[in-house]
Amino acid sequence: MAEEVVLLDFWVSMFGMRVRVALAEKGIKYEYREEDLRNKSDLLLQMNPVHKKIPVLIHNGKPICESLIIVQYIDEVWNDKSPLLPSDPYKRAQARFWADFVDKKVYESGRKLWTTKGEEHGAAKKEFLEILKTLEEELGEKPYFGGETFGFVDVAFVTFYSWFNAFETFGEFSMEAEHPKIIAWAKRCMQKESVAKTLPDQQKVYEFVLGMRKRFLGE
Amino acid sequence: MGEEVVVFDVWVNPYSRRVETAMRLKGVPYRYIEEDLGNKSPLLLKYNPIHEKVPVLVHNGNPIAESLVILEYIDETRPQGFPILPRDPYERATARFWSKFIDDKCMPAITQACWDEGEASDKAVEEATELLMFLENELKEKRFFGGERIGMVDIAANIVGFWLGTIEEVTGVELMTRDKFPKLSNWSIEFVRSNVIKENLPPREGVISYLRKKRLTR
Repeated sequence: MAEEVVLLDFWVSMFGMRVRVALAEKGIKYEYREEDLRNKSDLLLQMNPVHKKIPVLIHNGKPICESLIIVQYIDEVWNDKSPLLPSDPYKRAQARFWADFVDKKVYESGRKLWTTKGEEHGAAKKEFLEILKTLEEELGEKPYFGGETFGFVDVAFVTFYSWFNAFETFGEFSMEAEHPKIIAWAKRCMQKESVAKTLPDQQKVYEFVLGMRKRFLGE
Repeated sequence: MGEEVVVFDVWVNPYSRRVETAMRLKGVPYRYIEEDLGNKSPLLLKYNPIHEKVPVLVHNGNPIAESLVILEYIDETRPQGFPILPRDPYERATARFWSKFIDDKCMPAITQACWDEGEASDKAVEEATELLMFLENELKEKRFFGGERIGMVDIAANIVGFWLGTIEEVTGVELMTRDKFPKLSNWSIEFVRSNVIKENLPPREGVISYLRKKRLTR
């Protein structure tokens, strides 16, 4: 049966990037469709009526939503190569826990770095750096969050690397100075073709965030 | 699974009950430790240093936190028992989607709709109603979200199936009315009556009395 795989996405979304990395890891051919988030397509609204968000993976006409759910789906369907989740149930549970932690914490906290000012901004920076510290401790001496091989938690977090320049600039800190292990890990991931070819240039992301910040703060 | 399993729990907490339900569905014996959230035990803090919350499942000394993560773990370590998640990848993705929807969207909206006051509450009631409507429509003609038998989404929806009724009674906010939500209303009756669930729910009067006290201190 011919597989039809379509991805509704937005170039700068770190959530969409997770799906693109997973698809690349598995060598899956798919059609990429860029959404204009200020003018969402009928297809997007039809395929994700609950959240109306990207990414949405459409596999043989059936939609799957929520990036980490999509990545697990991809891992389960295309299970012949590059496993993303570990095979041991306890390690799988830990992978799900940490991917969930990234989901709950990194985006919201990172967002505050470019949407707040003054005291609020100071608190946001402290919070963000604490979150990164927790992740750095979880990484420990391992080459990847997944251990010896690139896995689910790496996919969940590495896409934020493309936003690091923006976080650093608006957060007023240096990632390399504060969390060198995270930078080393990210660069290691970037050696993988699936990651390097997916993540957009940090400068482009920074310019996008700058534009959003101006609109958000009314500057 | 077998060996030593401990569940850190709070009797009135729906998230904790999810874990106990799954354990009972699989027929796995476990030791229950009641936590006082105002005075968390050193063990809980050791086993869940990141979130410091219940439930936590400890299997042979190895802790797992976050109720939905625990449900999947229980299902995977006892694959021959009662299936909590479907086997088909697409259906699994769907089950995960609705479970996450309940946690990320429904819970906060229900909390806001029922506990907030004034204008903020009206808007929150509107939002919660919209969100519950998605669940109403997802049920379609099924007896349970899991089909003929309860599954992960039903277990996750315990908040809607049991706790919501108690919150509505205590706060006087009406969210899940029968005329607006006939399917969800029927489902909640089936849910609380189904075997393992009914054995595992906290006493309704106990929950109501607990929530009334909580309301006074807000």
